[in-house]
Amino acid sequence: MELNAHVPSGPIESKWQRHQFDMKLVNPANKRKYNVIVVGSGLAGGAAAASLGEMGYRVDCFCFQDSPRRAHSIAAQGGINAAKNYQNDGDSVHRLFYDTVKGGDFRAREANVYRLAELSANIIDQCVAQGVPFAREYGGTLDNRSFGGAQVSRTFYARGQTGQQLLLGAYQALSKQIAAGTVQMHARTEMLDLIVIDGAARGIVTRDLVTGETKSWLADAVLLCTGGYSNVFYLSTNAIGCNATAIWRAYRRGAGFANPCYTQIHPTCIPQSGDYQSKLTLMSESLRNDGRIWVPKQAGETRTADKVPEGERDYYLERLYPSFGNLCPRDIASRRAKEQCDAGRGVGPGGGGVYLDFAEAIGRLGRRTVEQRYGNLFEMYERITGEDPYTVPMRIYPAPHYTMGGLWVDYNLMSTIPGLHVLGEANFSDHGANRLGASALMQGLADGYFVAPATLGHYLASTKLAKVDLDHPEVKRTEEEVANRTRRLLDNPGKRSAMSFHRELGALLWEKCGMARNREGLTEALRLIPQLREEFWNDVTVPGTGESLNQSLERAGRVGDFFELAELLCRDALEREESCGGHFREEYQTEDGEAQRRDDLFAHAAVWEYAGEDKAPIRNTEQLDFEYVKPAQRSYK
Amino acid sequence: MKLTLHVWRQSGPTAPGRFETYVAPDVNEHMSFLEMLDVVNERLTAEGKEPFAFEHDCREGICGSCGMVINGRPHGKTGLTATCQLHMRHFSDGEELWIEPYRAKAFPVIRDLIVDRSAFDRIIQAGGYISARTGSAPEANAILVPKPAADWAMDAAQCIGCGACVAACPNASAMLFLSAKVSHLGLLPQGQPERYERVQRMLEQHDAEGFGNCTNHGACEAVCPKGISLDFIAKLNRDMLASALRAPVAQE
Ligand SMILES: Cc1cc2nc3c(=O)[nH]c(=O)nc-3n(C[C@H](O)[C@H](O)[C@H](O)COP(=O)(O)OP(=O)(O)OC[C@H]3O[C@@H](n4cnc5c(N)ncnc54)[C@H](O)[C@@H]3O)c2cc1C
Ligand code: SF4
Ligand code: FES
Repeated sequence: MELNAHVPSGPIESKWQRHQFDMKLVNPANKRKYNVIVVGSGLAGGAAAASLGEMGYRVDCFCFQDSPRRAHSIAAQGGINAAKNYQNDGDSVHRLFYDTVKGGDFRAREANVYRLAELSANIIDQCVAQGVPFAREYGGTLDNRSFGGAQVSRTFYARGQTGQQLLLGAYQALSKQIAAGTVQMHARTEMLDLIVIDGAARGIVTRDLVTGETKSWLADAVLLCTGGYSNVFYLSTNAIGCNATAIWRAYRRGAGFANPCYTQIHPTCIPQSGDYQSKLTLMSESLRNDGRIWVPKQAGETRTADKVPEGERDYYLERLYPSFGNLCPRDIASRRAKEQCDAGRGVGPGGGGVYLDFAEAIGRLGRRTVEQRYGNLFEMYERITGEDPYTVPMRIYPAPHYTMGGLWVDYNLMSTIPGLHVLGEANFSDHGANRLGASALMQGLADGYFVAPATLGHYLASTKLAKVDLDHPEVKRTEEEVANRTRRLLDNPGKRSAMSFHRELGALLWEKCGMARNREGLTEALRLIPQLREEFWNDVTVPGTGESLNQSLERAGRVGDFFELAELLCRDALEREESCGGHFREEYQTEDGEAQRRDDLFAHAAVWEYAGEDKAPIRNTEQLDFEYVKPAQRSYK
Repeated sequence: MKLTLHVWRQSGPTAPGRFETYVAPDVNEHMSFLEMLDVVNERLTAEGKEPFAFEHDCREGICGSCGMVINGRPHGKTGLTATCQLHMRHFSDGEELWIEPYRAKAFPVIRDLIVDRSAFDRIIQAGGYISARTGSAPEANAILVPKPAADWAMDAAQCIGCGACVAACPNASAMLFLSAKVSHLGLLPQGQPERYERVQRMLEQHDAEGFGNCTNHGACEAVCPKGISLDFIAKLNRDMLASALRAPVAQE
């Protein structure tokens, strides 16, 4: 597998500008002649489809929900970063670039990150013009808040619903193009495979989720904007429908999969309450600004929080990280919480939680101020748990939240399959081994509004594609493979639901390849996952037919792919013999338990290549060079 | 606790529907309503029966996918809550629940509890946007928005497009949904150039989809999970009037 990142030469500050000039253009009258498939209508896909349609391309856009407005980007709460320096606090493109490379623990490609920081300001302009109701100061200018991992205030927000408002902005722009006829929207349609002809991505095979019809679509290029794969863990903060099918099928057709083991576990989620649990709910990280995290010093403590005297509490983050305290980065806060619970000091049902206590903040600031700052979050917590955080400390526990890994892309966001571009959380992104808060929305929109619309034209203008039609043997073959797989699921004489297998897989993965990983556990997982997968294919039952809306079938197909991805995830985690960002290998830690990177051996992206059914995948690498930000050990003591 | 569920089953838009009765024998108070339904469906699957279909995705009250009528009320009885945020501690042992899809001409049933709400998308397509070509936006702080206007616009912009307002309305009107979008965009300076044309085009589409007229019943506001206020309908009416007066001018 050839991995040429196609990073333009020259100083980092002018790479993108130069590249924009060097890229070939499609003249306006010719754009109409090109057909582009965009899979996904979240921030990345919605922004890309709207922009490409407006430029004059013929776009087909797909999503599995009933409307493009429901993509999971809608759930993002906290905000979006941009290097506007409106607060005059010393922010700049360079600082955002620096923070992102450092936050990613020196495992991202510098040139991409710089471009992201550079484009961040345009994103805010674009969104404001669309009518995104960002929070304002009294003078009418835009307001900012600070977010973890940064010393400047550069996060733009719309109450606790920033993702919703940004997505609705993109959705409305997309709606305009749908009305204009430049974009054909196909909601309730799931991509089940990629069509590759003469080595290039030329289309997709879909299932109509209402009628069950399997259908092929051809195009000159395909953009995958299908989001992250945290749901491989079953319980995560993602929506129930989030899946890896699109990127997994593309991987099996030849797209390199980079760093699958880079997953982010968010520290402040509401703990699980029972076996029936279907998802986990995130509580904004901003809570850590005033809440104090603690557990009882005594393992197996049975008293309620109010009965545990001050002296018998361990505010472990404040103890371990005197200068950052409760505000240390996500990966550290998560790992330390697990450590406490594993040692039997966890609180709440099953000991699976730690306290996040606002008593001190209420004493210091008054209930009114706390209410103003966190009122809506407290309400959400009470709605779910039935407990009042003003009087009883919240209980929190980490949960899978974001995946930095994804399909490998070059500087042009093109995967190792020519014509297949990957945007948003689905690609291996600019976040390295750990993403900073409020940076995913920024990346999705940068990819969708600005990067892909520019680089796609270059691909189309510099590539000669043969004409293909739906009778092409490769189209027929792909369609047939999809149909066979669907039939196999429907006809299986098994007894167990796909959901039950998914739950079991998730628990296994969380245990062996969650917040902390080691050789023994990963080796064990690599033995158990294929066994469970085989059981799945032997014993899964899918009621209903293929010719109608069938949610059991949808779930089963996604779970089948999660099984394969889970194995790759563990393999990648096993071979990355270092700790970095969200990937913590217990064997590689400093004396005081911090992540130990091994730059001499692992300063690269691991890019996995599919080698065929029952063959071990091949590990390729893209070396990462740091010219502008010198790698250093992160310290938050 | 133990509950009895009467769930609407319907295999397709034109097929006849009926209630089927299931028992949920071991409901835990910490479950969400949808998790309770999951458990019933898992049991049906294990028995080799086809589970009932219901729409859901985020399960945290923001995507607007979920929505069903529970004992006659869209999203159930708690108020300011989407179905997915409803928890079982609000129910009691032995309760009987009637669960059915939204009933409205413009929302045909697709299967069981799932309806087709694409009419909402078409209303937005008719004009629920501000035209802003990608890349042509002015510097963000060049447009000043007074804080009260921004806050008010945000109150309206919170609509999740769930359709409960339509299901609650005796006329199956979508006026609350429509007014939320018109107000969000119309309250901002960026939304002014297209303001009156937008109202007209969205209203035309609303009527063409088969939604009814608003007769100020207020049932919509009472079930809206986001608390979208009836005041926005009043605001919409003012814009509608203004746009009617302006229309001839625009055509000149
Ligand atoms: C609870 C939560 C809070 C968050 N808060 C923040 C925050 O404050 N700031 C921040 O920067 N980031 C945040 N994030 C991360 C951020 O929201 C996501 O990374 C980002 O929105 C992903 O956007 P996307 O466009 O890549 O994917 P998505 O929005 O997930 O969209 C995926 C699209 O692909 C479609 N799709 C998927 N598979 C298929 C298929 N097989 N066939 C057809 N269509 C398919 C879906 O229908 C959907 O339209 C948060 C994430 C979560 C879960
Ligand atoms: S106005 Fe309220 S009830 Fe109606 S669609 Fe919007 S959020 Fe749902
Ligand atoms: S499932 Fe998203 S709002 Fe209920």
